[in-house]
Amino acid sequence: MPPLASSSPTTDTIAYCARGAISIRNVTKIYDPDGVNVLAVENCSVEIAPGEFCVVVGPSGCGKTTLLNAIAGFHDITAGEILLDGRVICTATHTAEPGADRIVVFQNGALFPWSTILNNVAYGPIVQGKSRAREARRLAESLLGELGLAEIGGRYPNELSSGMRRRAEIARALINDPNVLLLDEPFRAMDALTKGVAQEFLLRAYDRVRKTVFFITHDLEEALFLADRVLVMTTRPGRIKQVLNVDFERPRSFRVRASRRYLELKAEVFEAVREEAIKAFEAGERELT
Amino acid sequence: MPIPKLTKLRKAVFNPTMRRGIISIVGILAVWELGRRLHVPFFGAVPAPSEVVGAAGDIIGDRKFWTHGMTSFTRVLVGFLAAQFIGIPLGLAMAMNRFTNQLIFPPLEILRPIPPLAWVPTAIIFWPTTELSIAFVIFLGAFFTVVLNVLRGARSIDERHVRAAASFGSRRSDLFWKIVLPATLPSIFTGMTVGMGITWEVVVAAEMIAGKSGLGYFTWASYVGGNYPQIIIGMISIGIAGYLSSGFIRLLGKLATPWQRRI
Repeated sequence: MPPLASSSPTTDTIAYCARGAISIRNVTKIYDPDGVNVLAVENCSVEIAPGEFCVVVGPSGCGKTTLLNAIAGFHDITAGEILLDGRVICTATHTAEPGADRIVVFQNGALFPWSTILNNVAYGPIVQGKSRAREARRLAESLLGELGLAEIGGRYPNELSSGMRRRAEIARALINDPNVLLLDEPFRAMDALTKGVAQEFLLRAYDRVRKTVFFITHDLEEALFLADRVLVMTTRPGRIKQVLNVDFERPRSFRVRASRRYLELKAEVFEAVREEAIKAFEAGERELT
Repeated sequence: MPIPKLTKLRKAVFNPTMRRGIISIVGILAVWELGRRLHVPFFGAVPAPSEVVGAAGDIIGDRKFWTHGMTSFTRVLVGFLAAQFIGIPLGLAMAMNRFTNQLIFPPLEILRPIPPLAWVPTAIIFWPTTELSIAFVIFLGAFFTVVLNVLRGARSIDERHVRAAASFGSRRSDLFWKIVLPATLPSIFTGMTVGMGITWEVVVAAEMIAGKSGLGYFTWASYVGGNYPQIIIGMISIGIAGYLSSGFIRLLGKLATPWQRRI
């Protein structure tokens, strides 16, 4: 493994042999719908250490999801390269197939409505041929039990609240033992209380597995509560504008939200994002007129 | 415990929806009966419900009537099943494969607006037996509805589910059997239910034109023979048969897609 050029404190503490290092190097992505070039991401670089909880914030349309989709293998990029543990997974000419080493949890949830929660969770190991159906279901059962979700195994997704569904979806991702978890605004459109519970659930799960997390959100408080490092992106074309190290200890309690350091960080990140939000807003106004 | 069960039954029978349904049917029958008795124009010639009920007593005991019913039912079943066996895989193949779609869709769209009855002469010329001609016309009645429902259902599959499945490492066969097929199942059953209704409409008309048996033939023969109450009995039998068959498919659909239960 090459040494990781990163300012994150976690790179020093986590051994390099751990897996899930993401290198985003000079990535540019141009969308070309109907011949109108839209520069979504421009020359964006960032190194994410194995096991790091990395949260990306930025105004709408700044290219956060573009980066996530490129890492996931859902589309290519126009220039630059993305590496996972030293292996090139995305360039202008080559996009590695999506795979269970980097699992996505989607914005509005993507549990299979036709399967019970248990079968949803067991899906990955079954299709990967890792284990037989019955064995996979037993594995899923025990994972749901560990995560405190034992009683919903037999239910269908539409019988559950959005908070429960999202937790089940995180369990469905974790069972595959991915190197990287890609979460695209998973707690969007939840009420504040449910969101808080869901965030704590994610933190507990993270403390257990310590996988690399690439988490996208609009919610700055959420970003600070969850992250080791918050990356603030500029408005389109997206680049990394600012990096904030969030040094709260783990396991993290909801009480950090009342600490002084939290408020300082919040002021800092708020400042950075606000500038970009205003730019995005003005650009939007221009586009409309 | 017998008491809650009885309450449940009572609720099922005496709820407002059921009550209004019964009132409406009884009302229609009353208007019809009065129309006949008072010799209201048009109504005067149609046998009254009381006459139909009287005639029904004899006919329901007649084995020939049931043979007609079974004949129509068998034809519907054959045509319907053929439409499913060919229509469902075809719809899925068109949704999964662009080439198949480009190849099949144009002729399908040209043939689809032709009413099944317009096919009757060609069907008679083409197929060696009357029975096959009738089954073919029934098949056509259900076929297009089935294909289009399956195609639309499989096309409107949620992209996130496909991506999630890909992300978990699904092979192409998993993607088909574990994602596309279950996602399309509700549309498949919608197509089947609608298709079942159409097959009954078509079988009767086909039997009136060609064929020497079946409920459609029975209805038409009653008219030709001047037995008017029997016409009504034929019509109502067809209505009930269609209603029961569609209801059965709907029930199957409910059992096959348990995740669509209302909460």
